[in-house]
Amino acid sequence: MAKVQLPEAPSRARVNEFAIKLANVNGTGSASTNNLLMQTIFRMGVPVSGKNLFPSNIQGLPTWYEVRVSQSGHTARTSSFDLMVAMNGQTYQQDIAEVASGGYLVYDDSWPLDQEMRRPDITFLGAPLAQLCAQRFATVKERILMKNVATAGLVAALLALPVDELSKQLVAAYSRRPQLLEDNQAALQLGYQYALENFSCPLPFHVEQMGAPDGRILIDGNTAVALGAVFAGATVGAWYPITPATSVMENFIRLCAQYRRHPGPDGREVNDYLILQAEDELAALGIVVGASWAGARAFTSTSGPGLSLMQELLGLAYYTEVPAVVVDVQRAGPSTGMPTRVQQADLLSAAFASHGDTRHILLFPSDPSECFRHTVQAFDLAERFQTPVLVMSDLDIGMNDWEVPELTWDDSYRPDRGRLLGPEELERLEHFWRYGDPDPEWTTPRAVPGETPLAGHLVRGSGHDFRAVYTERPDEYQEVVDRLLRKHRAAAEHLPPPVVELREGAPFGVITMGSCDLAVREALEELPGPSPSYLRITGYPFPPAVAEFIDAHPHCYVVEQNRDGQLRSLLLIDTGVGGERLRPVLSYGGLPITASFIQDRILEQESSK
Amino acid sequence: MTSIAKPQIPLLPLERNQLGLTIRDYSGSMSTLCAGCGHDSVTAAIQEALWGLSIPPYQVAKLSGIGCSSKTPQYFDSAAVGFNSVHGRMAAVASGAAAANRGLVVVGVSGDGDSLSIGLGNLAHAIRRNVRMLYVIANNGVYGLTKGQFSASADIGSRSRKGEPNLLPPVDPMLLGLSLGATFLARGFSGDKAQLVPILKAGLSHGGFALVDVISPCVQFNDHEGSTKSFRYVREHELQDIDADIIPVRGQIHSEQTPGSLTEVELHDGSRVLFRAVPEGYDPTDRVRVGSYLVESARQGEIATGLLYLDETTPDMHQVSATTEERLWDLPFQRLCPGSAELAKFQARLR
Repeated sequence: MAKVQLPEAPSRARVNEFAIKLANVNGTGSASTNNLLMQTIFRMGVPVSGKNLFPSNIQGLPTWYEVRVSQSGHTARTSSFDLMVAMNGQTYQQDIAEVASGGYLVYDDSWPLDQEMRRPDITFLGAPLAQLCAQRFATVKERILMKNVATAGLVAALLALPVDELSKQLVAAYSRRPQLLEDNQAALQLGYQYALENFSCPLPFHVEQMGAPDGRILIDGNTAVALGAVFAGATVGAWYPITPATSVMENFIRLCAQYRRHPGPDGREVNDYLILQAEDELAALGIVVGASWAGARAFTSTSGPGLSLMQELLGLAYYTEVPAVVVDVQRAGPSTGMPTRVQQADLLSAAFASHGDTRHILLFPSDPSECFRHTVQAFDLAERFQTPVLVMSDLDIGMNDWEVPELTWDDSYRPDRGRLLGPEELERLEHFWRYGDPDPEWTTPRAVPGETPLAGHLVRGSGHDFRAVYTERPDEYQEVVDRLLRKHRAAAEHLPPPVVELREGAPFGVITMGSCDLAVREALEELPGPSPSYLRITGYPFPPAVAEFIDAHPHCYVVEQNRDGQLRSLLLIDTGVGGERLRPVLSYGGLPITASFIQDRILEQESSK
Repeated sequence: MTSIAKPQIPLLPLERNQLGLTIRDYSGSMSTLCAGCGHDSVTAAIQEALWGLSIPPYQVAKLSGIGCSSKTPQYFDSAAVGFNSVHGRMAAVASGAAAANRGLVVVGVSGDGDSLSIGLGNLAHAIRRNVRMLYVIANNGVYGLTKGQFSASADIGSRSRKGEPNLLPPVDPMLLGLSLGATFLARGFSGDKAQLVPILKAGLSHGGFALVDVISPCVQFNDHEGSTKSFRYVREHELQDIDADIIPVRGQIHSEQTPGSLTEVELHDGSRVLFRAVPEGYDPTDRVRVGSYLVESARQGEIATGLLYLDETTPDMHQVSATTEERLWDLPFQRLCPGSAELAKFQARLR
């Protein structure tokens, strides 16, 4: 076969600044290719991100993996791809359309490509990967699996990735299965050599080593949350499987088995934890509330539909003042919605979860590193303020690998258990009233069952006075609910501080939260004109800095990933600012927000005033 | 304390248990249920069982859901910490409490609406998990607080106060429990404390989930002619073939009479249950026989009571999970947190 001559495209000759997308069929083992490529680029010290766009399905539907390489650190999702690796015939049309003009498309030319699909402005690179694998491997299963590894080899050659590094990773993964390792290595070389022999490698855009990724790790948010729960000393976990939160508890199970198991008196392993897979989310939160009431650090992880089911118990925990940590890995709603797509659309239902006047503490991590820290802090806040705390992660943070600074831990950390009184402290009190004697932050003394006769009381979700005794008297009832509101406000100062970046002469401010962070920063860097100020909200209730930021600007854009502007609504409710001052920028199609989307929406509104 | 105010100074000196406590040390506040409510007798029986076993009052965690029966934790054991939770979720909340602190004596009180309708799922799975606790259903076949709707335990043909018949088949917690692998199933009658107290004691000494269904007539809405949950109907149809005694290891005041026992089962804490009399061929440890006995007696229109089924061999939630014998909630933090060195090691493979 003649070598395909690659056209000169100097405008696209961008080293370490490009995006590729791999199109596949789910359930065929394509994740291994994705990981190999992502890991290798990461280890070359080049900022990189990977977004897994997968279907809510086990096998046979289209799945994509997007890799963005950016030496300038712009690793938010982009929708413009320089290289498409189109390995799924079902989606050729769409995949071909998504390649940026001047870009490349790799396809498997074991089968002919419909000539009508060809675009004149991109380069098609055909490689007979299926044929090559059919010649080399005996069984159908092997051929399918190994084609993925061959694809990784081919892409490695195109992007100038060191094939030895990929090979090393295969050794690490399959060192205990020599036959499998041999097959993988062979497949890797098949693709790699084919590309070298048939294409002018590397492509104009490719990867060059930038130094070791010192002090950086590649981790997903759900693993980071699970680590946070282990380090915070959570001993009880209860959950019901739900995409995209499942791997939170699966990681917690794995980590607990690793760190919390020791030989018991009879030599058998015993566990310093108990994890219950509950019958539904009602029970999952019920177990958490019961365990927290009895003194344990307990948590559950869920997503939108589960959060809906947890509403009543969130109200119970709020009103009885029982700590509870809920990790909500948000997905696209409403109802079942799109379980494998991202949104930040649970804000309002989380902030005011349950009937009656309720308000909860929310934390908005923006990446896996904050998932770790916020989870630890959630346990402290929940116990200090004796109330539910919801960590509002999302699918993009939770299930994708993010490059973040290495997580750190302060060994002097001790859990803040709030006003949890032991027998000696109760002894010193004249009276123990569960909801009496509020401290300056409106929290009251708490006691767990089983410790001392001095603690006797019955908490209840029904109307109660400061002694926890049933009441229907307006004054006694109001005394408690008014204190709850003050307590909620007092929590604001203890949340992770918002990220405020005021710019001199800023024409407007931009407000966002969570996983929008990188895309918003990229958008702002490239906006024409004077730089706007930036505010990333990290929790609810809002500290005074939030209203001050809004007041300091003629208007602000609120960038978030839901249809209804839920963060904007929360800001309007709590800051009393006029609606015209807060302009929505809303991305809610289910794919992570991009910088170009934000720029377009802001410029559009700025030019129309 | 139940529904009747007791004199401050008792007429006779009150008996003391092994802890030197009298029954009054296990009392709660005055009941606000209707005069004559079966639930007050259930409360009194729970109080007597706790006292009789010399369980330190504060070691109890009392929980309930929502409904008339779920109000009762207020009426016993004021020294305990209790949780009157939400409708149908007590089994889950109790599972959590038992998970956090395996030293607690967990007592849950629920009703037929709370357990067999809205909370059926949570009850079923607490049974499956074999959470170590006493779970009492004060079963009256009717929703009292909302004034008289049939519950899921109402029998077909049983009539409401207005005379309308119930048309749907009942959920029998005993048969349900058998099918779910329950390890302790007993049925009592609030009008028969002599039978109920030993059952509750056995339940409190059991090494798993002890489900006690207590027929507890609602004097307001379900104690009339035509109801199958009235005092009279239950008295006339109660089948007391299964006669068991408990010999507790703790708190025994009187040695209970145990002549001619047929089957003996040792409970988790070393107490023994002695089945004095059971019907021909009945084996309280044989799920199949117990099931057919229950189905047969129900067909005859009879209400089988007693400690119906007992399995002391199935591991409880903590045993299944190999949890430490210590209480999870106050394990030293140093044991729980892997620390910075381990965090660095963990991240080595993420670099």
